[in-house]
Amino acid sequence: MIEIRFHGRGGQGTVVASKILADALAKEGNYVQAYPEFGVERRGAPVFAFIRIDNKPIYDKSKIYNPDHVVVVDPTLVEAIDVTEGLKDGGFIIINSNNPPEHFKFPSKFRVFTIDATEIAVKHKLGTLAAPIVNTAITGAVIKILNLTRLESLVAAIREGITIKPEDNVKAAVEAYERA
Amino acid sequence: MKKVIMGNHALSYGAMLSRAQVIAAYPITPQTQVVELLSEMCADGTLNAKFIKVESEHSAMAACLGASLAGARTFTATSAQGLALMHEMLHWASGGRMPVVMGNINRAMAPGWSIWADQNDSLSERDTGWIQFYCASNQEVLDTVIQAFKVSEKLMIPSMIVLDAFALSHTYEVVEIPDQAKVDQFLPPFNPPWRLTPDDPHAFGGLTSPDHYMELRYKLQKDMEKVPALVEETGKEYEQLFGRYLGQVEEYLCADADLVFVTSGTAGYTARVAVDELREKGIKAGNLRIKLFRPFPFERVRAVLSRVPKVAVLDRNISYGHHGIFYQEVKSAMYGQPVSPLIFGFIAGLGGRDITRDSFKEIAEYTLSKNKAEEEIVWIGVKK
Repeated sequence: MIEIRFHGRGGQGTVVASKILADALAKEGNYVQAYPEFGVERRGAPVFAFIRIDNKPIYDKSKIYNPDHVVVVDPTLVEAIDVTEGLKDGGFIIINSNNPPEHFKFPSKFRVFTIDATEIAVKHKLGTLAAPIVNTAITGAVIKILNLTRLESLVAAIREGITIKPEDNVKAAVEAYERA
Repeated sequence: MKKVIMGNHALSYGAMLSRAQVIAAYPITPQTQVVELLSEMCADGTLNAKFIKVESEHSAMAACLGASLAGARTFTATSAQGLALMHEMLHWASGGRMPVVMGNINRAMAPGWSIWADQNDSLSERDTGWIQFYCASNQEVLDTVIQAFKVSEKLMIPSMIVLDAFALSHTYEVVEIPDQAKVDQFLPPFNPPWRLTPDDPHAFGGLTSPDHYMELRYKLQKDMEKVPALVEETGKEYEQLFGRYLGQVEEYLCADADLVFVTSGTAGYTARVAVDELREKGIKAGNLRIKLFRPFPFERVRAVLSRVPKVAVLDRNISYGHHGIFYQEVKSAMYGQPVSPLIFGFIAGLGGRDITRDSFKEIAEYTLSKNKAEEEIVWIGVKK
């Protein structure tokens, strides 16, 4: 079983990112369980989303406390909260940032990877310059780094699940996949 | 077809595939998406049903009752305070023998204001004469809606499909969406033995003298007693068509167990993982998940628990001044049996506090180290 925690801010599409990833993984016969933070969400405030992935039915319905990996959709959260809380040793920290991994000072037991999803989203005109929607680009990087699923499955999931500018979202995910 | 959907939408798809004809509902967190999707389905023609907007849950149920009486298959959904506001109408539904099917997302009762999981809302309606099913997965939610219409309409008793806030309502899981033609084969159109129509006028819900009232209640109880067998029968029929059995309880590794957890809702699935982990450490644990709560599945519960030395009942609810409600029910089921286990009662997870594998390990440790609980209620994870 693989457990992943997403960190974002309300309005960035963090929950949608976990849903798209779940759709893509389900297409390849995986069992998935994806859920948002249990409660109320506010635009701009830190939000969480979680996903469990397994090749057999998932019975554990409790929350995820010790994720295998974390994905940080908004890099300013690295300063605001402890994104490594409960993270397993050897886990990936995938950050949307234009800085290199060395820029972030995490314990060496974690593996840091950065992808400039914001630049990719802006390039494909997703959201606005002030508030780009980076979620589909992030998923492209995540499936590559964590070797979760084939790109074709993600592309199909985006086409089915994203109603606004699906093709631009596909391009963003593919570009992030290729850069990752 | 497989889809990744949230528990709320599993209810909506269940109602859609059952071809509900009237839906009246009022939104309340965490139930809102159930009726959002159904209203979209009604608007775009996916579902040929009348969607009635109302100003409160009391009116929602009242509208469902009128429609049901007129012979329409009706569906609604609510949570917590909304369910409480329906209370009067719940008695009308069962007393008037109107087979409405309703989803209730288990949410703790206010105050303190809460939107998180806890069973006190639905269990407060225990004695209203509704059939109650407690589900553990989104697949089970969808399948049970379809089964519930069949059971309810056969016996003319309403059903409540109960699911935990967030742990199911807002959690996405892979769900097999059954084929409509096969659902139609399983669930024929609603054809009530009587209906409200000008062509054949009758009075419904009139003054009932002491000469007659008691017989109405006797008949309701007698028909309630038929539910367990009908749930078994329709569950097997469903399995033949769709490959998934829908029963009164789910038994997991109970046969040789030294300790059996009695659980309900999503905690009943987490318990299975805890059972696996305990068995890896040499502790023979098992899990009996109660799915059908009303009527209570006496026979199945007795059959499993009478061969077990120790039983730990987990309640995500409390009857103040008494104990956990499932604990009371299990004790009452085992009273007077030739062989009865030692039964311990635990309360956990009120107001959405998480119930984890560790919660069950703590319960196992307590139960296995004692021959009697120090207090009648053992609280798990409470800050005293």
